Amino acid sequence: MVTPEPVFDKPIQTGPFRSLRGTYFRESIVKSLLVLCGSLSIFTTLAIVVVLFFEASQFFRAGTVTCPQCRHAARSTLETAGQEIPCTECGHNLQMPAHISLWGFLTGTEWNPLIGKEQDKRFGVWALISGTLMVSFVAMLFALPLGLITAIYLSEYAHPKTRMILKPSLEVLAGIPTVVFGFFALTVITPTLQLPFFSWFLGEFNTYNALSAGIAVGILCLPIVSSLVEDALQAVPRSLREGAYGLGATKFDVSIKVVVPAALSGIISAFLLAVSRTVGETMIVALAAGSRPHLTLDPRDDTQTMTGWMVQMALGDVSNFDLAYLSMYAVAAVLFVMTLALTYVGNVVRWRFREVYQ
Amino acid sequence: MWEFSEKSIWDRGDIVEQGLVSFRRTRSRNLNKTLTFWDYDVLRCSLGESEHRDQNHLSSGDGHNFILGIKQLAAQRLDARRLNCALMIVLAVVVCGCADHVGTAYRQYLAESGLPSPNFELSGPVIIDGSSTVYPITEAAAANFKKVFPRVNVSVGKSGTGGGFKRFAVGETHISDASRPITFEEFQNCHNHDVRFLELPIAYDGLSIVVHPQNDFIHQLTIDQLKRIFLAGQSPQRWNDVDPSWPDTRIRIFAPGTDSGTFDYFVEVVCGKTGSIRSDISTSEDDSTIVNGVTGNPAAIGFFGAAYYFQNRDRLRVVPIVNPQTGKAVVPTSDSIERGDYAPFSRPLFIYVNLNTIHNAQLEQFVEFYLDRAANLATQVGYVPLPESVYQQARENFFDELAGTHYLMPDGQKRHGPVTEIYVRENLVK
Repeated sequence: MVTPEPVFDKPIQTGPFRSLRGTYFRESIVKSLLVLCGSLSIFTTLAIVVVLFFEASQFFRAGTVTCPQCRHAARSTLETAGQEIPCTECGHNLQMPAHISLWGFLTGTEWNPLIGKEQDKRFGVWALISGTLMVSFVAMLFALPLGLITAIYLSEYAHPKTRMILKPSLEVLAGIPTVVFGFFALTVITPTLQLPFFSWFLGEFNTYNALSAGIAVGILCLPIVSSLVEDALQAVPRSLREGAYGLGATKFDVSIKVVVPAALSGIISAFLLAVSRTVGETMIVALAAGSRPHLTLDPRDDTQTMTGWMVQMALGDVSNFDLAYLSMYAVAAVLFVMTLALTYVGNVVRWRFREVYQ
Repeated sequence: MWEFSEKSIWDRGDIVEQGLVSFRRTRSRNLNKTLTFWDYDVLRCSLGESEHRDQNHLSSGDGHNFILGIKQLAAQRLDARRLNCALMIVLAVVVCGCADHVGTAYRQYLAESGLPSPNFELSGPVIIDGSSTVYPITEAAAANFKKVFPRVNVSVGKSGTGGGFKRFAVGETHISDASRPITFEEFQNCHNHDVRFLELPIAYDGLSIVVHPQNDFIHQLTIDQLKRIFLAGQSPQRWNDVDPSWPDTRIRIFAPGTDSGTFDYFVEVVCGKTGSIRSDISTSEDDSTIVNGVTGNPAAIGFFGAAYYFQNRDRLRVVPIVNPQTGKAVVPTSDSIERGDYAPFSRPLFIYVNLNTIHNAQLEQFVEFYLDRAANLATQVGYVPLPESVYQQARENFFDELAGTHYLMPDGQKRHGPVTEIYVRENLVK
C-alpha cells in the first residue's frame, strides 16, 4: 500500500478546535493536589527546624540582659548570675539572669535549671547527653546481638514454616505502643532487677534506673533490627551461598563468613537506624528512667535523657516561657543534630560498603 | 487524501519547532514548559492527523494552523488555571464558613447540654495575683467562671503571696491569693492606700512526708532533721550521715515539680528565706511518679500534698512530723490538718478581695461563684476543704462586706490557732 504524500495547499479548518478547557482544569486540580501533598512534609520539616533553632537562639539570648536606660547588653556570668549589677555604661542596676553560654551549654556537666536561685542554675547538656548515651548503649547492647542472631536464624536456619510463625510475632512486638514498654519496664523489669539474685552481684537498683529503661528500649528496637538485617541477609545472592557450600563450608561458616560480610552495609545501616531510634525514644525513658539529670555512667541509678527532659518541660506547668522552658528547644536542637548525623553516617556507610552482585 | 494517520507529528519536526517558537513568543513562560498528551492531540488535529477528526474541526495541518491551534490551546490552559484558582478561593471561603458553622453548632451544643448557659452580658476584667499555692484553685475557679461568663476577662498571676500583696495594697489587683494570712506591714500598707479588703479562707493544705512501708528507722522527723536531709550545702548521701543510728543506705529524694506550691511551701518551711534546697533530687510534676519512686525503694523519702497520701495510704507510710510548739509527733489526717495540730505543714489558704471594687458586677459575681465552689475546687486540685461553718462565715462576711483581717490582734501581733477559732467576727480587726 502506498501512502499518498500529504497535501498542504490550503487550510480546511472551518471552526475552533475542540475545547479542552475541562480536561486542563481537571488536570491542573490533580496536579495542584499532588504538589500540595508532596510539599506538606517538606514544609513541616522546614517549619520544625526553623522553630527549633529560633527558640534555641532565644534560649542563648536569655543569658544577657538589656539595660532599659542605655540599651547596653550585659552578659550574665557565673559570678554575677542572680545578682544586681550596675550597668557598665550608665550605672543603672540590672537584675542578672542565670548564666547561659553556648560553650557552657555544650561542655557543662551539671544540669539544674529548676531548683534554687538564679546563681544555682546550671545548663550543662552533658548531664542529659550522658543519660541518653547510657540508655542507648544498654539498648544497643541488648538489641544488636539479639537482633543479628534472630535475623541469621530467620534467614539462614529457620524452616519456612517456623519463619511464618516467628516473623509475624516479631512484628507484633513492633506494633506495641511505646508507653506500654514504659510500664513494662517500670512494673516488670525493674522489680526483677531488684530481686535478691540480681542485687547480689549488680548491687542495689533504684526504682527508676537507666538499665531497665535501656532494656525496654532494646526490646522495642529488636524487631526493627532483626527485620532490617534479615532483609539485608535475604538480598545476598544464592550463588554465593552455593559456592561456599561447594567448597565444603558448613551452614555456620556460610552464615558467618559469607552471608554476613556480604550484607555488612545493610547490617550497619540497620544498626545505625536502630541507634537513632533509641536516641529519640521518649515515652519509655520518661516513665522508667527517672527525672534526675546528672552526669553518671552507673546504669543502676536514675538519670534523665534529653527526651525525658523535654517531656518534663512540655507536660509540666512550666509553660510561662522561662529559661527552663526555652532550654527544651536548645536540648531538642542538640538531639536533632545528633540524629541527623547518625542518619547521615548511616547513608554514607551504606553507599561506601555496598557490595553489588550481578 | 487524508490517509496518513500513521505519520507521527514527530515527522513534522519543522512545523512543531516553528509553532513552539511562536508559542514562546506569544505566551507567558509558565505555559510552554511541557506538552501533555492533550496538547499533542491538538497538535495532531492541527496537522490533520487526529483520530478524532470526524468529530472535530479539521485542519489541513500547515504551520499557520498549528500556530493558531497552539495559541488557542494556551488560552484554554490559562482559563483553566484561572478557574482552578477561583475554585480554590471558593473552597477556602466554604471551609471558613464551615468552621464558623461548627462554632455555632458547638455553642448550640453547650446551650443544650446541662452546663449553665453562657451569660454574654457580664463583661470586664477581674485581676488576680498572688500565691502560686492558691493559684490552682483560683485558676480552676476562673476556668469554670469563664464557661458561664465568657466575656469576663479573669487574669490570674502567681507572683507569690508577698508580691501579690504589694500590688493589692496599691489597688492594682482586685483579688490577692495568699498561702498565709496578711502580715501587719502589708495590713498597714493597705490601710495607707485606703484599700479595704475581705479575708476569705478557701481551703487547707497539708503537706505529707512519706517513706517506704518497710522503712523501719524513721519513726518521726523533726524540722531540724528535715533541714539536715534537704538543705543544700551538706547534702548527705547516706542515711547514717543524718543520724548515726540509721542504716548506711543511699538517700533517694522524690519531690514535686519546682512549679508546684507544695515544693515552694516545703522549701519555705524547711529552708527558710535564705537557704535553698539541694539540687540532686528527683522532681516530677506527676505525683504518681513520686508515689512509684518511694514505693520502689526502702531508702526513699518524698513529699506531696496530703491528698496524694490519702489516695495511696496502703502503699506508703506517712512520717509523723514533730510539732515544734507542742513537741508531739503528728500524722496528717483531715482532722489534724483542720485542727492545726499538723504544724508547720498545714495551713489555710486565702483569697483577699478589694472591697472598694466589690461593686463591679463581674468581681462580685466571681467571688460569689468562687465561694460557692471552693470546697469542690479544693478537693479537685488536691487540697483539704475547710469545715462548712467556715465557708458559711466567709459567705456572711462577703454579703455583709466586712472588711479587715482575723489573723492580727489590734496591737499588730499575730494570732495562732485553727481557722475555726480564729475566723469569727469577734476577731475581726479593721
